[in-house]
Amino acid sequence: MARFLKRRETLLFLIIALMVAGFATRAAGFASPDNLGRIFNDTAILIILALAQMVVILTKAIDLSVAANLAFTGMAIAMVNAAFPAVPLPVLVLAAIAIGAALGAINGFLVWRLEIPPIVVTLGTLTIYRGMAFVLSGGAWVNAHQMTPTFLDVPRSVVLGLPVLSWCAIAVVVFIAALLRYSPFGRAAYAAGGNPVAAVYAGINVGRTRYLAFVLSGALAGLSSYLWVSRYAVAYVDIANGFELDSVAACVIGGVAIAGGVGTVVGTVLGALFLGVIKNALPVIGISPFTQMAISGSVIILAVLFNARRERTRGRIILRDRAAAPRSQELAA
Amino acid sequence: MNATIQKPLTAEAAANGAPILEMRGISQVFPGVRALDGVSIALYPGQVTALIGENGAGKSTLVKILTGIYRPTEGEILIDGKPVRFATAQGAVDHGVTAIHQETVLFDELTVAENIFLGHAPRGRFGRIDWGQMKARAADLLASLEAPIDPDIRLKDLSIAQRHLVAIARALSIEARIVIMDEPTAALSRKEIDDLFRIVENLKASGKAVLFISHKFDEVYEIAENFVVFRDGRSVGAGRLKETPQDAIVRLMVGRDVKDAFPKIAVTPGAPVLEVKRYTHPTEFRDISFTLHKGEILGVYGLIGAGRSELAQALFGITRPSGGSLALEGRDVTIASPRDAIAAGIVYVPEERGRHGLALPMPIYQNMTLPSLARTSRQGFLRASEEFALARTYAERLDLRAAALSVPVGTLSGGNQQKVVIGKWLATKPKVIILDEPTKGIDIGSKAAVHGFISELAAEGLSIIMISSELPEVLGMADRVMVMKEGLMAGLFDRDGLTPETLVRAATGNA
Repeated sequence: MARFLKRRETLLFLIIALMVAGFATRAAGFASPDNLGRIFNDTAILIILALAQMVVILTKAIDLSVAANLAFTGMAIAMVNAAFPAVPLPVLVLAAIAIGAALGAINGFLVWRLEIPPIVVTLGTLTIYRGMAFVLSGGAWVNAHQMTPTFLDVPRSVVLGLPVLSWCAIAVVVFIAALLRYSPFGRAAYAAGGNPVAAVYAGINVGRTRYLAFVLSGALAGLSSYLWVSRYAVAYVDIANGFELDSVAACVIGGVAIAGGVGTVVGTVLGALFLGVIKNALPVIGISPFTQMAISGSVIILAVLFNARRERTRGRIILRDRAAAPRSQELAA
Repeated sequence: MNATIQKPLTAEAAANGAPILEMRGISQVFPGVRALDGVSIALYPGQVTALIGENGAGKSTLVKILTGIYRPTEGEILIDGKPVRFATAQGAVDHGVTAIHQETVLFDELTVAENIFLGHAPRGRFGRIDWGQMKARAADLLASLEAPIDPDIRLKDLSIAQRHLVAIARALSIEARIVIMDEPTAALSRKEIDDLFRIVENLKASGKAVLFISHKFDEVYEIAENFVVFRDGRSVGAGRLKETPQDAIVRLMVGRDVKDAFPKIAVTPGAPVLEVKRYTHPTEFRDISFTLHKGEILGVYGLIGAGRSELAQALFGITRPSGGSLALEGRDVTIASPRDAIAAGIVYVPEERGRHGLALPMPIYQNMTLPSLARTSRQGFLRASEEFALARTYAERLDLRAAALSVPVGTLSGGNQQKVVIGKWLATKPKVIILDEPTKGIDIGSKAAVHGFISELAAEGLSIIMISSELPEVLGMADRVMVMKEGLMAGLFDRDGLTPETLVRAATGNA
């Protein structure tokens, strides 16, 4: 029980619950099931992208291009939808996933085969993909009236009490959880980040594992692109600008180690919900968007501090190793 | 244990005058290991003292204490008879101690002058760095070493010998009185060594005390006056080289009753399992050929840098050979990746178990099954129950002490982590297991347990390649011993009648 309470996920959940309770005293109805459902629905896309980001970070990499990927892919399918309204929605969604995965594969290829550091690769492709969105659209917007009703309505339609958008997020959560738990890829991702050298020695292809993580991240960005464009009923070059940082923030708050190898699906989802609750609550209790940004930022730094403190307990063992490591060099002399 | 001549240091001191630096009763304890146990050493002005010992005898630990990187657990350091403490590496420098390492620790991207004066650059007005003076003084120092090196070029453009000269210039620039040279000749040609020795003679002439660490007896006799021999973290002998024949020093290095202490189970090696033919790596080793039989332990002995671990890594597919062939149980195999090796039944337990062996944040059972996932999964799905079963089997067999198999490996003690690494490789059901320094960093008590276990594995028919720098271990455990020297095979010896002296001579090339 003590261990359960000490777990970061439990702690994070309690903090979110306290926050919701606190906001409810200021704004009646904040804690109502309806509003909580709305917050979850609002956070659905962040949850999907944060999970995409988490898988990449687990392998000791980072994908800064997720939001740019979303912008390009979203623009592409919105334009197709506007130009060819006859193309059925499932085809569009599959196309979005495929385009996203292809962009992710480019990142993965550069990281795997050319051995460029992930942060450099995705910082580059972040700019390139958004630039491509501009080239594709010529800077024009695709507005709601150009989109077909099906394209706009499906994510909003309510099934079993929740909008399809929420169900998409739930499906992705279940899929990623199962992938990490039951597939050799999931295990390889944790091993590649936890100790890349040991992973190589155990016969795991670390480069390929990272490549697959980028492809997965791209595919989820592609899926999110449809959800985003449909939800906000508009596509333009700057959609989801800066959203890649929110996805990283959700991971960090959720306890994913930036150095790789550590992180859980539950933690990341809670990290995303934490950001979602703050984002929804602050306007309700009358705090300006700028203060909001400052608060979000402070929370991220606090989370990192918390992580660092937690790492320190483990760090002691690493230090012990380090005490042994110079010794091994000594044995070598 | 009995044939050690422990000359009292005071008698020596009488012959040499007062030492500049003295270390008395120094011990260094790491969790689970006593790296140095009450060693004493004295360095005299104008003299070179050679520090001799096998790998793992504690030489580099001593260097780290002298340079302020470790603080000794016990004992005291005296400079000019006054006790000192080095709180930091800078503290050692302030007391005039400097070290020149095997792989010189300097900064590749900085210039020669910057390297020489890093941390104590000449200052001008307002504390700004006086570049002109710095370059001029660097040029003077290099000239005094007769080293034609431009102080403005970056260190990365220099050869190793030239880097040593820069390191020496740095030592001179801080007016060090005690210069430690940690295997400075390891990567040098004969001519470069001669140049280096001329500089050492100059250092002597200017009254500096030099601690010279080397494996090579010819060099030691050439340059040093005094010697100290370390073995298993103790100083087992000291004296003047002039009065001590080389054989006596080899005996001190090795000297102990060897074979009986090892629980080697007599095994008649069976059919050939692994045949290595003229295996060659582009840079690390050449023309290695041997045959490993079922149930055999092949010891691989040699100095550091002889190419032993590199051979193991090539056999395991981490690196690819440029020539030669492998046959496993009579069939030719190509090993291009660790995955190939694991599939073929060759596994490698690396020397740096922390860095190469384990993913510390992952649970014990996941670390154990990492190379065996193909066996514990079905249709691409991992099965936790199978994984736990496999992990439990080997945890019990190795007597692994852990709260649960689901706790992160990082929470285990070093000894138990080692068991996870070994268990992980045994779980792949290998035919050949390569153990790289299997008892390194383990205390004496656990060593016996590891040796017993290795012996059991061989008795069960596993073929073992055991890389070891510890002579007693090699002599006590191995059925045959391959000695490597500078990437080549320097001999393949049968267990019977093998003496430590034979192995040391083969490895150092001192016939």
